[in-house]
Amino acid sequence: MNIHEYQAKDIFRRCGIPVPPGEVATTPEDAERIARTFGTRVVVKAQVHAGGRGKAGGVMLANTPADARTMAQQIFGLQIKGLTVTKVLVTPAADIASEAYAGVIVDRASKRAVFMVSPAGGIDIEEVAATMPEKILRLPVDPRYGLLPFEASRMGFFLYTDAKHARAAAKILRQLWQAFLSSGASLAEINPLVVTTGDDVLALDAKMVIDDNELERRPEIAALRDESAENASEVAARKASLTFIKLDGNVGCVVNGAGLAMATMDLVKYYGGEPANFLDIGGSSNPEKVVHALRIITRDRNVKAILFNIFGGITRTDDVANGIVAATREHPLSVPIVIRLTGTNEEIAVQILQQNGFTALIDMDEAVQKAVRLATGGKAA
Amino acid sequence: MSIFIDRNTKLLVQGITGRDGSFHAKQMIEYGTCVVAGVTPGKGGQRFEGAVPVFDTVADAVQATGANTTVIYVPPPFAADAMMEAADAGIALIICITEGVPVLDMTRVYPYVQDRKARLIGPNCPGLITPGASKVGIIPGRICAPGSVGVVSRSGTLTYEVVYQLTRAGIGQSTCVGIGGDPINGTNFIDCLTQFEADPETKAVAMMGEIGGTDEQEAARFVREHMTKPVVGFIAGQTAPPGRRMGHAGAIISGSSGTAAEKLDAFREAGMGIAQRPVEFVPLLRERM
Repeated sequence: MNIHEYQAKDIFRRCGIPVPPGEVATTPEDAERIARTFGTRVVVKAQVHAGGRGKAGGVMLANTPADARTMAQQIFGLQIKGLTVTKVLVTPAADIASEAYAGVIVDRASKRAVFMVSPAGGIDIEEVAATMPEKILRLPVDPRYGLLPFEASRMGFFLYTDAKHARAAAKILRQLWQAFLSSGASLAEINPLVVTTGDDVLALDAKMVIDDNELERRPEIAALRDESAENASEVAARKASLTFIKLDGNVGCVVNGAGLAMATMDLVKYYGGEPANFLDIGGSSNPEKVVHALRIITRDRNVKAILFNIFGGITRTDDVANGIVAATREHPLSVPIVIRLTGTNEEIAVQILQQNGFTALIDMDEAVQKAVRLATGGKAA
Repeated sequence: MSIFIDRNTKLLVQGITGRDGSFHAKQMIEYGTCVVAGVTPGKGGQRFEGAVPVFDTVADAVQATGANTTVIYVPPPFAADAMMEAADAGIALIICITEGVPVLDMTRVYPYVQDRKARLIGPNCPGLITPGASKVGIIPGRICAPGSVGVVSRSGTLTYEVVYQLTRAGIGQSTCVGIGGDPINGTNFIDCLTQFEADPETKAVAMMGEIGGTDEQEAARFVREHMTKPVVGFIAGQTAPPGRRMGHAGAIISGSSGTAAEKLDAFREAGMGIAQRPVEFVPLLRERM
């Protein structure tokens, strides 16, 4: 789960990390009012779950409260990577002497949380890794001991030659580790970590990604979810316990299992089509889930054909067939549907489908080709 | 022959009285797996299905029954503790089916299990099956047949799909292993390939990977340097957008790394067969055996 910069800064603040003050505005008038309370130049920053906010025009410097209002107005009209901006963070502008990078991420190769720090901050860390790898220090944390003070200190002195700055950074890194652990994060990042002209070390930006598997045991973190900042279909899918990711194509896919769902999307592409989504109905047998899945997929106007691909292992294919019948009885489909199912109770499933006017295929490639043909009006495959 | 499990497997089921645990314990017993014990704290002294003794702790179960393998069906918040309890009790092979284990928990479980010289498969995996001998986990027994192709995969239903196609084409399997779709898991492709290479029964290997991470690339290097047996590979997620978690927590392209293209390139360099579609496993394996 992504959280906003202002939410991550709240978590940082609670862990003692020095963060500039700031307040969230949802209207241009709000932004002006907040800017006035600070009485200095402010930065107006789009709060949206997408990287590259600056490049997209979502971060602007305002000299006066009236400027803050105008700029907020402009930012509220923006679409950044398909997401509409509904909140901005208004924060006093800092006078920056230098910018660095500090982050901690779960690294699958070392199977540990790994810190990464670099004196080259303010830019994409992947770019630094590619062009100046010597400017990055990686430090895997032994989960048995956590981040040790000397390790934090080593990173501090890698970042800064000035001992005062190095010590301040070391302290921030230890606090960042606490923020990371106590929120169940898979990533916590300060980019940039700055030294101001007033000689303070500050986290000017904050980014955190929370491991979805942590949310059940951390209700206070789960409560930070901002559904208005997410795709509406994806929100509906999550409420129905489905895994759904919206894509740009026109073949709607309903599959059981993540690996098979990806393989099905790939096959759609292989036969010249474009998948409209990733959708995994999971391993359990539940006609209700199928009903929800169909409702979410048919809401997408781009979808020109629907493809079911079900392998019945634990999932009973007759349950899926019943779900299809129930859903289409409730809301008749306006686009063609291709159903492929095989495995547990396949004979019963085929019978249910046939009695209700559907045909069922057992071959995956044949089904995908048919769906692509229907979606493209016979132009592909 | 086979890898990891065979007729000598004496299985313990952690979470045997739960909904998933009881359902699959029955299926495993029906398949012929030697299920010697179950564990559910607070239900020690009961008998599952009137036959399998249930214990409060793994240590008790091991002492009373000599269980050497465990399969875990406990809910995500308790799964890390269950894996560590099994390793501490001296169980040599731990299979964790549970989906949704927090990844920070896994950073602690992994070294704990390693220090106790146990092997962990999973979490978030379908388990494994040696057709005709033993099944541990949730892979449907009737889609498999005994034979000489080793199968290793990061996914569940995609594995069933391919295994079923092999079985229908008359190609049996030595052992099928689902290593799971999480970013941190116990047993990786190389561990399985090492065992398949050493197993006299296995003549060829089918390997199904996904986007995310570098496990497949490292496995390809291992194939090039150490394997004499043919390996055919597949990668799911060629059409997945970067930065999105495709169902499995581990199936995510981070920045420019973990893409299907880079994994397929590694397969190609290693001289592996490449199945562009699941249906291509059958002819590619046939050519090579």
